[in-house]
Amino acid sequence: MATRTPTKPDSQGQSSDKGQFGADLGLSRDDLIEMYKLMAITRAVDERMWILNRAGKIPFVISGQGHEGAQVGLAYPLRKGHDWMVPYYRSVASLITFGMSPREIMLAQFARGVDPSSGGRQMPGHYGIKDRNILSVSSPVATQLLHATGIAWAAKLRKTEQVVITYIGEGSSNQGDFHEGLNFAGIHKLPVIYVVENNGYAISVPMALQSAVEDIAVRAAGYAMPGVIVDGSDVLACYRAGRDAIDRARAGEGPTLIEAKVSRLTAHSSDDQHTKYRSAEELEAEKGKDPLPLFRDQLREAGFLDEAGEADLLTESRKVVEDATDWAESQPDPDPATAQRHVYGTEPPARMDDPLWSGARFIGDGGPFGVLGGGEE
Amino acid sequence: MAVVTYIESIRDTLAQEMRRDESIVVLGEDVGKKGGVFLATDGLYDEFGGDRVLDTPLSESMIVGVSIGAAVAGMRPVPEIQFADFIFPAFNQILSEAARMRYRSNGAFSVPMTLRSPYGGGVHGALYHSQSVEAFFAHIPGLKVVIPSTPYDARGLLRSAIRDDDPVLFFEHKKMYRSVRGEVPDSEYTVPLGSAKVTREGSDVTVIGYGLMAHYALEAADLLEGEGVSVEVVDLRTLRPLDGETVLRSVRKTGKAVIVYEDNRFGGFGAEISAILAEEAFDHLDGPIVRVTGPDVPGVPYNHVLEDWFMPSPDRIADAVRRLAAY
Repeated sequence: MATRTPTKPDSQGQSSDKGQFGADLGLSRDDLIEMYKLMAITRAVDERMWILNRAGKIPFVISGQGHEGAQVGLAYPLRKGHDWMVPYYRSVASLITFGMSPREIMLAQFARGVDPSSGGRQMPGHYGIKDRNILSVSSPVATQLLHATGIAWAAKLRKTEQVVITYIGEGSSNQGDFHEGLNFAGIHKLPVIYVVENNGYAISVPMALQSAVEDIAVRAAGYAMPGVIVDGSDVLACYRAGRDAIDRARAGEGPTLIEAKVSRLTAHSSDDQHTKYRSAEELEAEKGKDPLPLFRDQLREAGFLDEAGEADLLTESRKVVEDATDWAESQPDPDPATAQRHVYGTEPPARMDDPLWSGARFIGDGGPFGVLGGGEE
Repeated sequence: MAVVTYIESIRDTLAQEMRRDESIVVLGEDVGKKGGVFLATDGLYDEFGGDRVLDTPLSESMIVGVSIGAAVAGMRPVPEIQFADFIFPAFNQILSEAARMRYRSNGAFSVPMTLRSPYGGGVHGALYHSQSVEAFFAHIPGLKVVIPSTPYDARGLLRSAIRDDDPVLFFEHKKMYRSVRGEVPDSEYTVPLGSAKVTREGSDVTVIGYGLMAHYALEAADLLEGEGVSVEVVDLRTLRPLDGETVLRSVRKTGKAVIVYEDNRFGGFGAEISAILAEEAFDHLDGPIVRVTGPDVPGVPYNHVLEDWFMPSPDRIADAVRRLAAY
């Protein structure tokens, strides 16, 4: 059953003949243009985050530039509104592919009150939207992998035919939760896909100091699941890997570990100076693996994208980003009087009768029972 | 009304709740065919099958993390951590994930999970099968912490915990599993989370405890009765949310408080009770707040003489009450 050596699907066999690109994967020209658009919009959103950060408007950015091809390709075959996504902090392209809007992404950057991820409570990058089956995530890494496993377990018990996809970086694959989650999913053949986006660095620590093996995917053998290595700059190879893993999961054949080799085109975050540990040559070479121009060239070659079409796309993605930024920025900050909400479903924190909670000394608006009792959105 | 042991009450309640609600699943190490190392889940596997009563690998973080995932997807998991001493690999999942899910998602996601675990010493369990871990968890907003001391409360509180939409840590003192018996009605009663109980009325000194110590407090009160010291006992039952009102009402009446906990003294849960009394009952206090606790050594030692040295006892509690009453 399980493939015990990592396989490397690629888009070989993809005809570059005009009009045939993607055809053997069942992807139409419209699909391919949509995928490119998702990547282009994500990149534009990401670049805008950095500008906003440098302009002093948002305190923190964590970026996915270089990861977009893998993210769009892998997530494109999911069933929106049915399957589950448990993201990580670089997942903007995955999230936009799965139905989160650029406006909603931008709300998280500005930490506004109507931010659906956390109402401005979490740092940017910690996304989640309940009505789209996107689970809220924290900052400790790899913890969410167990949640994805648990959702998949529930899906299997309830026979919902839902598939769960979750993402981590290769750095996080060294956490114990990675082992504990994959082992459990392997035992029960759960419908879950573990994606490791391997960009070669855990902040500044290179792969050679992170892992005794070059490919994280080989670890799949220890959990009796296929381990698949895919070139993250090859969008259609990622699509094929994602589709195959999703099909397997939905058919009850169990989990898959996919390692996408991606490039990190930016520093780890806005608080990182990556020139301190990466050479100029290396950074220049990384640009050659940028999935965005590579996919654009494939689309041009296939005759799916001409200069006019590209200009239109560029204009549109700029417009989307302008709108998302301006709209999100104009939304109000959360009301401090709401900051003690949602500690519990019904009860106040710590003590039913806490004088700090119910009395005049309460930090906020002078009475949580007013806050909790009425006015829930 | 049936008289059952503490563990029978827990086991029967799990079965009743699982019959009532199909979304309840039990998972943990040895909880299946074996029925748990203490037999708290005995019979559940036969009745509900391996899907709902799942033996897991020895992976505590996974047990809790997978429960969190299942809970956000609509299940009501009741994970068991075999000994509270082994909960720490799951600490990150409990603290960073279960406790904070609702708050960090601004109310969108919740984790209706009841984590059961046996705790406590006095059973020759040494350093790693005796710990009291409640203070770590009672400290964290977003968690509820329950420690019942009777079969009646175990049933009523376990029902409330399982039906609650927030993560509840349900700690069971292992020395009480078979040594404590009590009447449990057949009715569908619940005991609400966050309600303490005055288990003995008195007028001279209030003794506040929970779990095994709630029993020891009652034994100490019996010892003192003949000496003319009238002891009121408050069993907290839930540590978070805390029923501060019942505690304060009692101490304002007696003017004297002894707090008993088995955990290490420094920073234990009773220190919070002490702070609350100092802040809010200061004008009513007629003596210093006194704590009877485990000593500040890193664990309960194994040899029976050493273990006796560690454990608070009815005699030690009675000594403290005697001295405070005479203050």
